[in-house]
Amino acid sequence: MTRFALPMAVFVALVAVLAIGIKHSPQKGVILSPLIGKPAPPFQLPSLADPAHAVSSQNLKGRWYVLNVWGTWCVECRAEHQMLIEARDAHAVPLIGLDWKDDDDRAREWLAQLGNPYEVVVLDHSGNTAVDYGVYGAPETFLINDQGIIVYKYVGPLTREVWTKEILARLPVHAAARL
Amino acid sequence: MRTRGKSLTMHLAATAMLATLLTVQAWAVDTTELPDPRLQARYLALTHELRCMQCQNETLADSPVDLAADLRREVRDLLLQGKSDDEVRAWMVSRYGDFILFRPRFSARTAWLWLAPGVALLIGLGVCWRIVRARGALVDADTDPVGEDAQPQAKDAHG
Repeated sequence: MTRFALPMAVFVALVAVLAIGIKHSPQKGVILSPLIGKPAPPFQLPSLADPAHAVSSQNLKGRWYVLNVWGTWCVECRAEHQMLIEARDAHAVPLIGLDWKDDDDRAREWLAQLGNPYEVVVLDHSGNTAVDYGVYGAPETFLINDQGIIVYKYVGPLTREVWTKEILARLPVHAAARL
Repeated sequence: MRTRGKSLTMHLAATAMLATLLTVQAWAVDTTELPDPRLQARYLALTHELRCMQCQNETLADSPVDLAADLRREVRDLLLQGKSDDEVRAWMVSRYGDFILFRPRFSARTAWLWLAPGVALLIGLGVCWRIVRARGALVDADTDPVGEDAQPQAKDAHG
């Protein structure tokens, strides 16, 4: 019996290590962004409302906001759109849209049809800004604080649960009250 | 008849192989060419060791998706700006994290990943050595000169 004791112990230890690894992996299948806790990468991009007018990330500083990366080619973005409209109507935090590698006319049509949840939409035609933000699949949502630091990132369509538990819960009380 | 059939089969097999090779060439996703062959070689090496974050099991070089094309363009531009391979890797990691590297860097977090195979090999060798030594001891015992009064059958039973 004793000759099996050591292999058995090794096996049990291996199972324990793997079980802990699976249980404690922060978000299964989601790649943690190295940008969390870092300043939001700066950008200077044309706005959808008036492509001749550039919006700089400098203009957004000094308050909390949500940066939502979307595109009309993105099927999942349609799934989260209703949630974004609800979020806009709740006035907890302003939504900034980053339209990623999209056609401007299609984007306007999309917002006219489904409603426009964004305070401003900036156009990332080249995709360079999305790469700076480590975006790898729309929709992606960033919460940025009044110091311009990325506090949280969510990959995938926003749900009410994510909005309440991850976004609203991170906002300071006064930020929600001020708006 | 038989030999002709055989040579025909081989001929067909050779054609099929050649066709496969040509198809693989035709499937190449990336047709970027850099002005300097040395840059080109570094470009190819880098795009083959960086992960396409969207498809996750493909390299940047192999992936047909848009994002991979964007990231390949970034690799090309960074190389043309004179950045070193490590600077290109760091640029990617600062945006996408260690996951973008197919070959993870050696750090406190990844140490176990790199060291575990060596440790496992050492444990295996240790186990082997113990088993071999134990068996060796059995052989020694077995080849002890047999006493005059030993039963010959007893030895046969072992062998």
